[in-house]
Formats: sequence, structure tokens, C-alpha cells
Amino acid sequence: MANEQGQQPSLATYLKIWGLLFVLSTASYLVVYFDLQGYLRWSLLIAFMLLQAGLIVSVLMHMLWERLALMYAILVPPLLLLTLLGIGAVEADYTFMTRGTFFGPSSPPAQHP
Amino acid sequence: MTQPAPTSTASVTAPEGLESLIADFSSDQRAFKNVPWAKVMMWIFLLGDTFVFGSFLIGYMNVRMSTQVPWPHPAEVFALTVGGKSIPLFLVIIMTFILTFSCGTMSLAINYGFRKDRQKTFLMLLLTALLGASFVGMQAIEWTKLIHEGVRPWANPMGAVQFGASFFMITGFHGTHVTIGVIFLIITAIKVLRGDLDNMRPGFLTGRKGSYEIVEILGLYWHFVDLVWVFIFAVFYLW
Repeated sequence: MANEQGQQPSLATYLKIWGLLFVLSTASYLVVYFDLQGYLRWSLLIAFMLLQAGLIVSVLMHMLWERLALMYAILVPPLLLLTLLGIGAVEADYTFMTRGTFFGPSSPPAQHP
Repeated sequence: MTQPAPTSTASVTAPEGLESLIADFSSDQRAFKNVPWAKVMMWIFLLGDTFVFGSFLIGYMNVRMSTQVPWPHPAEVFALTVGGKSIPLFLVIIMTFILTFSCGTMSLAINYGFRKDRQKTFLMLLLTALLGASFVGMQAIEWTKLIHEGVRPWANPMGAVQFGASFFMITGFHGTHVTIGVIFLIITAIKVLRGDLDNMRPGFLTGRKGSYEIVEILGLYWHFVDLVWVFIFAVFYLW
């Protein structure tokens, strides 16, 4: 199964994935070329990005054919970045609001104590 | 593996699934059985690099979300006029295709390396290096264009100053990775052509015996560089 040693994907598998990567990057470019807006734009861009990333890591970088222990050791830690992503988003909202209050067009003049 | 694995109870009844995970991590001396250590080291290096680029991109998200000044529209900033018509992200999409194409040639190099096909492995490594070098060249053109337009890491006449800082930092770091990759591709291509990997000639720096394993490990690095570009392309250029 997944962690059988020494097994290699065939050349045809590589070429198919390679072609798919071109299709996916063209598709994400077309989203911008035709200037799609709103949730459609974000969801398509994120879906194409994650699909490409998944194909590269699993097939081109052979992760599907590695030992389960290596998969977990490499793929689980980056999930921590999601925490940083959440903190970054919350913090950015707060900074945006603060900037609006103190530096925005309708803000009162800065007071120096 | 040069020696056959010693027959132990563990290799006789190799555990499957989650049990293999626990067996690997609780095992004596080596966690990842049968995986060449150099490959594990490359994966761990790439894990570290994931955090570097991840932090860059999250930092970029943070400054882009928090600025009150409008962010320049990347599709317009990176547009080029071709034949009297403005095409958004013209150079960037070519760069993307070049890097994706180089991923395929790298995969072919790895594949030929497994078959110990010296000539074809060399050619594919050389082609990958050329594609990588042209990518860096196009990035230099893009940087020059933006610098002429007055964009600096601390200034941006088109809107939010954070645009300049994020652009030069993120693409600069990625371009450095591509450049280092090209250098190692050339070194590995020379080793392949000289027959170092067939003759197990010791490397000049580490003294390790030459092996086609290094082509696969370099491939991991090169594919990672493309992986990072997928994220930069989506969140910086297309967003």
C-alpha cells in the first residue's frame, strides 16, 4: 500500500500530473484574466492553489510512496501555521480599525500628553 | 542500503498503518527505517523553509489587511503591453509556466537517474538549470521595471508602501532559492556527466560516495521551489 518501499510511480503518471499542473495554473490565471469577483474568485483561486500544492507534494515529491512516519513528521507541523494565520488576521483587523480611528480622514487631531 | 537489513522480529512482521507509525517513532536508533538519511534531512530542511515562507506570506497578509491606503492592483501593476493590447500578468504567467515546465524536466531527470541513464539524466538536469536561470532573468526584468516606476521596500508611488516591502522580500527570497537551486543543478549535472555517481567518487566537500540518490534529493528541493511559487503566484499576484 502507501508505505511500500522502493515503489516508483510510472513515467505516465508523472506526465499526467505535469499536464494537470499546467491546466491548473492556466485556470487560476483565467480567473484573474476574466476578472471574476467576490467569493467565486477567492474560492476558485484557493481551490486551484491547494490542488496544485497537493499534486506537487504527493506525486512529484513522492510523498505518497514514503513511509507513514515520514508523512506525519513532515505534513503535520506546517498545520501550526494555521494558528499564525488566524492570529495574523485578527491582529490585522484590529490594526485596520485602530488606523481608521487615529489616522483616518474623520479622526480627531492627535493629542500629545 | 549496502548491507541487507538484519533479520529481526520487526522486519519479519512489518506493522501496517498507524501501528507502523508508532513502531517507527518508538524504534531504536533510526525513526524512518529504509529511508536514506540524506532524504530525511532534505525533508526536514524543507519543513523549516515551509515555516520561513509561511511566515512571509502570513506577514504579507497581515500588512495588506491592515493598511488604510489602497493596495495597488497586481493585475495592472504587472501588466505588459503586447501588440498594442495590455495583457495582465504577462511576464508572471510566463515565469509560472517556465517553473512548472522545469518541474517536469526535473521529474524526468529523477526518473532517468533511477535507471542510471547518465546521458539523459545530465541533459534533463541541464535543461532544468537553464529554465531556472531564465526564470531568475525574468524576475530581474520585473524588478527593474518596478524599481524604475519608483517602488522601493520603503516607498510605493502607486499606493500602500507595504506593497514594495512585501514584493521585494517575498520574491527576492524565492528568487534566491531558485538561484541556489540552479547552482546545485549545475554541480549535480557535472557530477552525472563525469560519471561520479556511477563510480561512487567521493564528493570534494563531504567525501560521501557518489550515488544517484542525490538527483532525487535535489529534485525534492527543486519541486519545493515550485511549490512555494504556486502560493506566491496565487496570494501575491492573483489576489
